[in-house]
Amino acid sequence: MTDPVLATHGLTKTFGSLVASEDVSIDLKPGEIHAVIGPNGAGKTTLIAQICGTLTPNSGRIELAGVDITGRPTRARALAGLGRTFQISALAMEDTVLENAVLGALGATGNPWRFFKPALKNIELREVAEQALHRVGLDDVMSTRTAELSHGQRRQLEVAVALTLQPRAFVMDEPMAGLGSEGSKVLTEFLSELRSEAPILLVEHDMDAVFALADRISVLVYGKVIATGSVDEIKRDEAVREAYLGDDA
Amino acid sequence: MMSERNLNIAVLAMFIGIPAWAYFSDEPFTITLMTRAAIFALAAVGLNLALGVGGLVSLGHAAFFGLGGYVMGILAYHAQTYTPLAEWPFLVEGTKSMPVIWLASLLLSAGLAWVIGSLSLRTTGVYFIMITLAFAQMMFFFSISWSAYGGEDGLSIYVRNNFPGLNTLDPIQFFAICFVILLAALFLSARLAKSPFGLALNAARQSPQRVETVGLNTQRLKLVAFVISGAITGLAGALFADLNRFVSPTMFSWQLSGEIMVFIIIGGVGRLFGPVVGALVFVALEHFLGGLSEFWHIYLGLLLLLIVLFGKGGLIGLICGREKVHD
Repeated sequence: MTDPVLATHGLTKTFGSLVASEDVSIDLKPGEIHAVIGPNGAGKTTLIAQICGTLTPNSGRIELAGVDITGRPTRARALAGLGRTFQISALAMEDTVLENAVLGALGATGNPWRFFKPALKNIELREVAEQALHRVGLDDVMSTRTAELSHGQRRQLEVAVALTLQPRAFVMDEPMAGLGSEGSKVLTEFLSELRSEAPILLVEHDMDAVFALADRISVLVYGKVIATGSVDEIKRDEAVREAYLGDDA
Repeated sequence: MMSERNLNIAVLAMFIGIPAWAYFSDEPFTITLMTRAAIFALAAVGLNLALGVGGLVSLGHAAFFGLGGYVMGILAYHAQTYTPLAEWPFLVEGTKSMPVIWLASLLLSAGLAWVIGSLSLRTTGVYFIMITLAFAQMMFFFSISWSAYGGEDGLSIYVRNNFPGLNTLDPIQFFAICFVILLAALFLSARLAKSPFGLALNAARQSPQRVETVGLNTQRLKLVAFVISGAITGLAGALFADLNRFVSPTMFSWQLSGEIMVFIIIGGVGRLFGPVVGALVFVALEHFLGGLSEFWHIYLGLLLLLIVLFGKGGLIGLICGREKVHD
């Protein structure tokens, strides 16, 4: 068996008496899409925040490519190879699409201390950025202000910025949220190909997308992983049906 | 709508045309006014880097303006009294040389900005405003109580400092020095805004979370911006003291911090020429309305109110509309 790219071991996070994550151990293997599903308030976002470094777990470890990154700040995790997309777009809205992507490319170089030559005239940065935008299909809107993009285009840009980092693993927080059926179909196809480049930990509400994409699914309920398995296993799992999917799934 | 580029050219033309006219019609006072405007503009170009690009609302930039002023005052005072500034651990003498004074102002202001910035940047929002203000007030009261350098009365420098090859006491020549420095600062600040550093800083203002997620350190980006910003404002302070041949605690006052910010708001926050337009309008109002009434600040306040209410991008925003996207 191959070693996981990203793994959490016994992650526990409490807010007062509320247990948001309880002994969560999940892993992400090369080439797979591992979806995390669960009802609202199940602790999916809290889990992502701990993996990406915005929240510190009370106990447990997070490993990226075998290295313990639990105590490291967000930026160090990004440099170690974690590419994250946000549920609510966290883009620089006044900047153009290209500028947002160039920012990602700049972050990947780790050297923002260049004060004189224009960033957009830097061929290396620009190439990485344009290529990422091309891959998600945003070529036509490169010099549009991000604030003027449609909701779906912003989602695509989120993915493009993560691509510029050339990460070892992607962590995507509801990339399909708010996309129309056409949009989520396109993104589903794209993510399906992307997994061969770097595995994806996918938190998603859109069950059609999850069932179409996921190699494995973990179900989170009240902060606990109640089941992990293939799509079929999860669909058949009694506890999951009861807690989440309902009888019609 | 006028293009921003044309407006900038028009403003520069005024900065050359008015002093040239004043020179030929023998109106040295007008040249001095324009020098004052150029120096204020320079101070605000400094603040605009922190405020406009980095989103750091510093209400304490008088700390750097005043420090630059005192660096000039103290160095020149020791030179004119022929007393050494320090004898230990090595001999430091005063100087009347402008380039040396500028370099010292830049370095010391940068150092002070590093100290103030490292502490203040732990806070955000209104706390950041208050803590920067508090630092400037500390400098203000320190300068008042330091009687060796005049305390409350300030320091007078009898002869303006020297610049190799120029007669700095000639108003038009001193104006030229200040204007060239302003141009250099504008050029650097334009380059910086478009540089990778500027791109990252600009994004850090809009979405710090994003900048951290691509692996960059937002705090350090902001600190470096604050240091560069403070250094430029400090240099302006040294020139201002040289213009007046006098430095006093007023240069550290919170009113001055506020005025520098007002220049930027009048002209346009984050716009390259915002500080220049603002300083020009301020000096013009101060001159024309100040002649009519002691209470001319009322009209300044009114103008500020109108601009904040109706033109988010300051005067440049009103005249030229939104900033063009870079491509």
